[in-house]
Amino acid sequence: MKIVVCVKQVPDTKGGVKFNPDGTLDRGAMLTIMNPDDKAGLEAALRLKDQYGAEVTVVTMGLPKAEEVLREAMAMGADKGILVTDRVLGGADTWATSQTLAGAIRNLEYDLIITGRQAIDGDTAQVGPQISEHLGIPVISYAQKIQIEGDSVIVERQYDDRYHVLKAKMPCLITALAELNEPRYMTPGGIFDAYSAEITVWGRANLVDVDDSNLGLKGSPTQIAKASDKVRKGAGEKVTLDPAESVEYIIDKLKVKHVI
Amino acid sequence: MNIQDYKGVFVFAQQVDNVLSGIALELVGKGKDLAKDLGTEVTAVLVGSDVKGLADELAEYGADKVIVVDDPELKEYRTEPYAHAVSSVINEYKPEIFLVGATAIGRDLGPRVSARIHTGLTADCTQLDIGDFPINPVPGKEQLHNQLLMTRPAFGGNTIATIACPEFRPQMATVRPGVMQKAPREEGKKANIIEYNPGFTPNNKYVEILEVVKAVSDVADIMDAKILVSGGRGVGSPENFKILEDLAEVIGGTVSCSRAVVDAGWKPKDLQVGQTGKTVRPNVYFAIGISGAIQHVAGMEEADIIIAINKDETAPIFEVADYGIVGDLNKVVPALTERLKAEMAAK
Repeated sequence: MKIVVCVKQVPDTKGGVKFNPDGTLDRGAMLTIMNPDDKAGLEAALRLKDQYGAEVTVVTMGLPKAEEVLREAMAMGADKGILVTDRVLGGADTWATSQTLAGAIRNLEYDLIITGRQAIDGDTAQVGPQISEHLGIPVISYAQKIQIEGDSVIVERQYDDRYHVLKAKMPCLITALAELNEPRYMTPGGIFDAYSAEITVWGRANLVDVDDSNLGLKGSPTQIAKASDKVRKGAGEKVTLDPAESVEYIIDKLKVKHVI
Repeated sequence: MNIQDYKGVFVFAQQVDNVLSGIALELVGKGKDLAKDLGTEVTAVLVGSDVKGLADELAEYGADKVIVVDDPELKEYRTEPYAHAVSSVINEYKPEIFLVGATAIGRDLGPRVSARIHTGLTADCTQLDIGDFPINPVPGKEQLHNQLLMTRPAFGGNTIATIACPEFRPQMATVRPGVMQKAPREEGKKANIIEYNPGFTPNNKYVEILEVVKAVSDVADIMDAKILVSGGRGVGSPENFKILEDLAEVIGGTVSCSRAVVDAGWKPKDLQVGQTGKTVRPNVYFAIGISGAIQHVAGMEEADIIIAINKDETAPIFEVADYGIVGDLNKVVPALTERLKAEMAAK
C-alpha cells in the first residue's frame, strides 16, 4: 500500500502568542511546528504502515525552511519527503494551494492520501477536500478512526452529534482530526537517519496538469481586502462591594440584560 | 465566466434527519439582509430525501424562493451526492453569492463544491457585508462595487481578515453557526418553490454508509451552552466546583473551566475553554476564579456578557469583563445561587 501524507509547517500558537509592542503578532519570536492535525494524519499513516505494511511519502508546500517538517516526519518513520517550493507558488489561497498539491501528487502512486483537517494558522479545513476534488477521488473528512479492508478503507467520520461509519474504495483522501491519536515521538536513530536522508525538492516544472492561471497569488480567486489585529472589547465596569451587595449588583445586571 | 450573469443570494439550508439546522435559518436571515443591499432575492437550497415539507419553514423565516433537490441518494449527508446537487444548482441558477454553514457538513461540502465549479471560498466567516473592493480606491485599479466582503478570524483568533472574491462567481463563504441572526418568523408566508433534480448516478466518489451512530453523551457540549459558569484555579479544589455546579443548575447553565483546572486534573479536557480548548460564545459567561490569560480570553471573549468574580483586582480577566466583581468567590457565588433560587421561585 502507498500512502501520501500532506503536512504544513505552522507557527506554534500553543506556547502562547507573542505580540510586538504595537500589538501585531510577532511571528519571528514564535517557533514553528508540524501542524497538529497533520501530525495526527501522519501518525495514522504510520500505524497503517505498522499494521498492514505501507510506503509513506510526506509532501509539504512552503518555503525551503519547510523541509524541517519533512525531516521530522521521516524521523517518526515516514519513508520519503517531498518539498514543493517555488516563488511562483507564493501567496496561494486554498484553491491555488490545493491545485499545487494535486499537481505534485499526480506524480505519485497512492492508495490513500491523508491530510490534517485544518491548519492552526489559517483554520480553513478546505485544502484536503479540494485536493480530492481535483484528483477525482472520494473524500472522508473529520476521521476519528481508520481501518483497511481489502481494497477499501473504513472510516469513522465525526459530525456534531453523531458519527458515520463509511466505506470507500481506494484511492481515497481522508482528513484527520488531532483527536485521532497520540503521535509517536521521533526515535534517536530515526533523527540520525532523517538528517542525512535526501529530500526531494520540486518546483513549478514538476507539477502535472496544472495551469499557471491556477497557481500562486495570481491564481487565487480570493483576495485580502483588509487584515488587522483583533480589536479586543475592553474593560467594562469593575466594582468592589461586600458579598451581599455584589449579589444584588449581578442580579440587577442579569435583569437589565433579560437573562432572568 | 460572465460575472453579470450571476444574480441573487443563495444559501444552503442544512437539514439533518429532516429537521432544519439552526444555521439554515440564520443564513436565510443574513442572506435576506445582503439581498436587500443588492436589490435582489434570497433563495434557500434544500437538499435531502423527502424534505419538501421544510420549504414552508424557510419561507416563513424569509426565503423568497426555495430550490428543492429531493432524491433517495440524499437521505444521509454524503459528500459526493450533496456536492453534485449543490454544484448543479449553482451551474443552473447562477447565484452571485452562495453561503454555507461552517458546520461539520458545510466545511466538507463547501470546499468540494468550490473546487468543482472553480470559485473562491472563505472559511468560517463571522461577518458579511456588501461593499467596494478594494475598500479604498487604489490608483490604476478599478474599484468594484457590490462585492461580498467576508470577514473571518485567523491565527487562533488573534487577527481578523476581510476577504473578497472579485473575479469569480458565486462568491462563496462558510459562516460560523450562532453568529448571524435569523429573521422573525412570519406565519403563513409562502415562497416560490422550485423542484430540481440533476440526476444521481453512483460512481467511485460515492462512499457507502455502513452505520450511523448517534452520540449518547450526558456531558453537555459547552459550545452549545447559552450560559457558562466557568471556573479557574482560584476555585481552589475539585470539590469546591460544587458551588459552581449549584449556580449552573439554578440559572440553567453548564460548567466549564480554564486550562489550569484541566492541567491540575480537576476537570476533563472537553470542558476546557480557550485556545487549546474550545471556543465558546454563550449569552452569559461567568469567569469565576479565572485570572484571564490571553489563551483563555481568546476562547471566550465573544460571549455577549462576561461577568468576572476574582479576589485579585489586577487580574487581566477584568480587562475583558463587562461586569467585574472584586471579591471572594466562596462568599459571592453561594449567595448568588441562593438569591437566584428565590428569584426563580417568585416567577
